[in-house]
Amino acid sequence: METPDPNEYPPLSLIVPEPEVRPGGQPDFSHVAIPRAGTVRRPPVDVDPEEIRDLAFTIIRVLNREGQAVGPWAEALDITPEDLLTGLRHMMTLRIYDARMLNAQRQQKTSFYMQHLGEEAISCAFQRALAPGDMNFPTYRQAGLLIAAGYPLSSMMNQIFSNSEDPMRGRQLPVCYSSREHGFFTISGNLATQFIQAVGWAMASAISGDRKISAAWIGDGSTAESDFHAALVFASTYKAPVILNIVNNQWAISTFQGIARGGSGTFAARGHGFGIPSLRVDGNDYLAVLAVAKWAAERARRNLGPTLIEYVTYRAGGHSTSDDPSAYRPAEESTAWPLGDPILRLKNHLIALGIWSDERHAQAEAEILAEITEQQKRAEAIGTLHHGQHPSPADMFEDVYAEMPPHLLKQRHEAGF
Amino acid sequence: MARMTMIEAIRDAMDVAMGADPSVVVFGEDVGYFGGVFRCTAGLQAKYGKTRCFDTPINESGIVGAGIGMAAYGLKPVVEIQFADYMYPAYDQIVSEAARLRYRSAGQFTCPMVVRMPTGGGIFGGQTHSQSPEALFTHVTGLKTVVPSNPRDAKGLLLAAIEDPDPVIFMEPKRLYNGPFDGHHDRPVTAWKSHELGEVPEGHYTVPLGKAVLRRQGRAATVLTYGTMVHVALAAAEESGVDAEVIDLRTLLPLDMETILASVNKTGRCLVLHEATLTSGYGAELAALVQAECFWHLEAPVRRVAGWDTPYPHTHEWSYFPGPARVAEALRQLVEVA
Repeated sequence: METPDPNEYPPLSLIVPEPEVRPGGQPDFSHVAIPRAGTVRRPPVDVDPEEIRDLAFTIIRVLNREGQAVGPWAEALDITPEDLLTGLRHMMTLRIYDARMLNAQRQQKTSFYMQHLGEEAISCAFQRALAPGDMNFPTYRQAGLLIAAGYPLSSMMNQIFSNSEDPMRGRQLPVCYSSREHGFFTISGNLATQFIQAVGWAMASAISGDRKISAAWIGDGSTAESDFHAALVFASTYKAPVILNIVNNQWAISTFQGIARGGSGTFAARGHGFGIPSLRVDGNDYLAVLAVAKWAAERARRNLGPTLIEYVTYRAGGHSTSDDPSAYRPAEESTAWPLGDPILRLKNHLIALGIWSDERHAQAEAEILAEITEQQKRAEAIGTLHHGQHPSPADMFEDVYAEMPPHLLKQRHEAGF
Repeated sequence: MARMTMIEAIRDAMDVAMGADPSVVVFGEDVGYFGGVFRCTAGLQAKYGKTRCFDTPINESGIVGAGIGMAAYGLKPVVEIQFADYMYPAYDQIVSEAARLRYRSAGQFTCPMVVRMPTGGGIFGGQTHSQSPEALFTHVTGLKTVVPSNPRDAKGLLLAAIEDPDPVIFMEPKRLYNGPFDGHHDRPVTAWKSHELGEVPEGHYTVPLGKAVLRRQGRAATVLTYGTMVHVALAAAEESGVDAEVIDLRTLLPLDMETILASVNKTGRCLVLHEATLTSGYGAELAALVQAECFWHLEAPVRRVAGWDTPYPHTHEWSYFPGPARVAEALRQLVEVA
């Protein structure tokens, strides 16, 4: 055998992927293939993952342009008009809450905020597929899980304002909520670290012979972290009763999703190497999210193992209050996003069903705004970041350990608290 | 000379290095097109192209690991970890790999890489955007660790770090990015443009690694510190009435023992100050060295002022931060020891 002669080849060059458009350009989503609503099949929950590999490359959609819920995923949804109205109310609540808290951050009543604009359907719908006792391991953009689980808005606001009623006692960055009772694991603020913890929680339920399942949450960008892959291999090996959720909102701060996705066609396809059933769903379609979440939860409860779901959506706002997206993407991109607005789409469905109207919608908006404004007044009266009542500084030394060790006691004394 | 913020000085250092040496490459999360969340790499991709300054997937272990591979190949990677608090997934690559490449291959493979990361608190960043993990690096043999306190040093130290043949951890106190900060959080912020160390020489120059600098001369006590705390120490020296000598270490490892010994042997009293948590912090190393080397000159036990041994809290940031009042009180107590 001859030794190859590298000089017979042209020199190598590094390939660095780039988004189609940058600021100043015309947004173009023509590359996003969007199947018609209702056209993607719904397999049985015990399907062989090999038979549904194609479902990682399509988009499961339920709500069509006429506001109708169509296809097999819609038919499998056991949902009442009451449920639909509740779902709409959850999303509207989250959007109005976000707008109020964003504004509060601009008024320096809190240090930081992260909104969900355009992504409300995902967390609001998903929570309805869970049962009390199940546990989410959320990221910072899933507050809809709390709203749909009935967590008090006042507690959320007190956390945002770091006041004396903040359940986290002012220790955590705003939006890092936690409520064990509502199935919402404490948000760390680091990325991807909790994806594998959700798998561990699910394994614990199985080890204990319980009936609880868990849900892991991650963004498109953070799937690049090693902990994401750790979660997939553990979930695959032990067939853990966990739902592995990837929210693909196209942007990781300034970095477009192609940097994390690399040569893989979709994020959902990451599950294939692990033999995990992997679905891709319209994240701006409340009913599609709910239908797919219920399918995955059913698999987990029947001990059939994990499911990977990619929610295709778009982060319409900035990453956080520290971010200005106009520096890295065209301002018109969010309006050009082809999957529409999740609230508008469910609203149109309810109108098509004859159980909702523009007038009732406007009235509901006003009611929710009034309620949130009232709760906000009460929360602000307790305290905001720089004014009012806060947890005692002595509290800073609590909960580092179950029992305060001597060196911390000494430091607390030295600090004068 | 040009007036610069620390962000501009750091960017200028990379610009100078990339202009002079085609083997210098810069990458990290949001580092390419956008220019970094603190804008330290803004404009570098446009100037040097996207194969020399680029965005990476969000994987810190990957960023450092890829950097090691490139460094071993012969490039000079200058990688950014978005916050020091996000460094932990990369720790195995830093500790087990970057730091030991030279040793275990008897010099066949080396790792001339710089790992930049914003460090420290003071911006209401909570426990995941405020930490000062420098002791986790100084404890690792094979690494050098640098913490600048002003734009002029930042540029010269970063250029020295890029030219260094070994891996350098370059920690940028984010509270100092836009101006000096003496810990008086309730006073108006000041900008670097009104500070003499915001005057940054143009073009290439280095501030050598391993050389501390005296920021304030004094006779009553020595403060050993670095980064943001340099400015806090200077304020505390004025406010306490204690004529303290303030040493800005600049490089934690290798450490400039000569400057430390000359000062402590003169004053006989030593305060060690850092923002990082107290227990097993870098201050413990400093205190041990001072007591071993200066024992017969010491007139009081070495004191330490540091962050409390808790996670960095959000609301109580200013109760946690070792500000000028705490430092001034420690200085007064230090000189009262008979």
